[in-house]
Amino acid sequence: MPHLVTIDNVDMRYGGAAGTLAVSGLTMKVGKGEFAAVVGPSGCGKSTLMKLVTGLHIPQSGVVIVADKQVTKPVSIVGMAFQNPTMLPWRTTLDNILLPLEIVERHRHRLRTNKKEYVEKAEHLLETVGLKGFGSKFPWQLSGGMQQRANLCRALIHEPELLMLDEPFGALDAFTREELWCVIRDLHAAQGVTIILVTHDLREATFLADRIFVMSARPGKVLKEHAVPFARPRDLEVMYEKAFNDMVHELHGEIASARVVA
Amino acid sequence: MSAVTENTTPVKPLAQRINWVKLAPWLYTIGLFVAWELLVIALQTPPTILPAPSRVFQAIVQYWSPIWKNSLQTLYTTTVGFAIAVVAGLAIGLFIGWSKAIYAGLYPLMIGFNAIPKVALVPILVIWFGIGAVPAILTAFLISFFPIVVNVATGLATIEPETEDVLRALGAKKLDIMLKVGIPRSMPYFFGSLKVAITLAFVGSVVSETVASNYGLGNMMSSAQSQFNVPLVFAGLLMLAVEGIAMYALMAWIEMRMTGWAHRSTMSQ
Repeated sequence: MPHLVTIDNVDMRYGGAAGTLAVSGLTMKVGKGEFAAVVGPSGCGKSTLMKLVTGLHIPQSGVVIVADKQVTKPVSIVGMAFQNPTMLPWRTTLDNILLPLEIVERHRHRLRTNKKEYVEKAEHLLETVGLKGFGSKFPWQLSGGMQQRANLCRALIHEPELLMLDEPFGALDAFTREELWCVIRDLHAAQGVTIILVTHDLREATFLADRIFVMSARPGKVLKEHAVPFARPRDLEVMYEKAFNDMVHELHGEIASARVVA
Repeated sequence: MSAVTENTTPVKPLAQRINWVKLAPWLYTIGLFVAWELLVIALQTPPTILPAPSRVFQAIVQYWSPIWKNSLQTLYTTTVGFAIAVVAGLAIGLFIGWSKAIYAGLYPLMIGFNAIPKVALVPILVIWFGIGAVPAILTAFLISFFPIVVNVATGLATIEPETEDVLRALGAKKLDIMLKVGIPRSMPYFFGSLKVAITLAFVGSVVSETVASNYGLGNMMSSAQSQFNVPLVFAGLLMLAVEGIAMYALMAWIEMRMTGWAHRSTMSQ
């Protein structure tokens, strides 16, 4: 499988030569179309990983390669979604979703003339995540779970090759979270997009991902890599199987010992 | 009121049909004037010390022509000064909020400038521009542009880092982020600051008119005072209060119209 993201022996230090070393000797490869999850103790540099892959930070040593190009500036083939949906309150949900198109170079010049086509695409995405007919509502008229669905639409509207998710379901209640797991599972299956999910939730990682990277405490590096064996499409019921629980248990043990070392 | 609670008929009693919250501002205002009138009667203060409101209203009628002209003059200098402050404040606010370095460099200067009492600047303005409308306009401008600058700059400086990350990862330039997020985001701060700024603008123009002008309510009150025409002084104060409330209400209305999304809790109910 060709790799979409290759991180090779990367060091990233904040605040000059004497600053904190956030990640050190970080190496990981994510294949095209793969769903990868990154788990680890808090402060392990998961957010740094997000910024390295999207090109918001350039590492001091080592290389980050995304889509066969070394990352030296922000890469516009990614979509990002954070725990905080950060919808702009003065725009309707539909206009919020269209926002990336006003930025990305290859879309911004044809947005005005091809508005109808883009709006159709946004409405189709809204339908996919179960928000059909909510495009004209303002974000603050939506519940937290609905805002997070819209946030996913915004991250996907410009057809990114890579979707970076930083604990996108962290602030949601358990049932909404499971619903959204299924939404993201179906999006991944339907669109063939590569996804890197940063999360604290081990069941979430095991349910969704093909491959799980366990990171060490600061300075972060990959301690262990797991291939998730469960066949797709996965049903929520898979979480009650013994093999699933064993895997979650094993991940839990690894993170617990990574915390002790720190 | 006990009769009201015992009343169980479907027709609501008068006391419950009245919207007391809507009526409250008027009732309290009338209450203030009544208390003032009673106080003057009780203490028998001479009109040269504290005229009763009835005497003040009488003065308004009696001197209506000069009061009207001077009120318009003050309204004119205030609004022009305020308008300049809005344009300049918005521009400087956007400039300061643009980058951290500019913000850090100019902010102390702005604080220092704001700490200078604007009354102290009036003599300098008189030396430069002579007495009249120009110093009044400039004082109104100088006193009212600071809150606008601070609010616009704050709105720009407090963009959520996640929003910025999402857009920068897509290749957004600083200008894109400012146009799409920063400026719309700072608008509630901007329109909110207008309410503070317009009130300050009145302070500036009246102070300047009092010291260095032949027109305006400030000048009218200072000459009335020199003639011991205290009811006329109070009439001027009353007119200023009326103009101030009217302009404040206008700003509040503009704020609601322009940035209703920022007042979502009141809109959704």
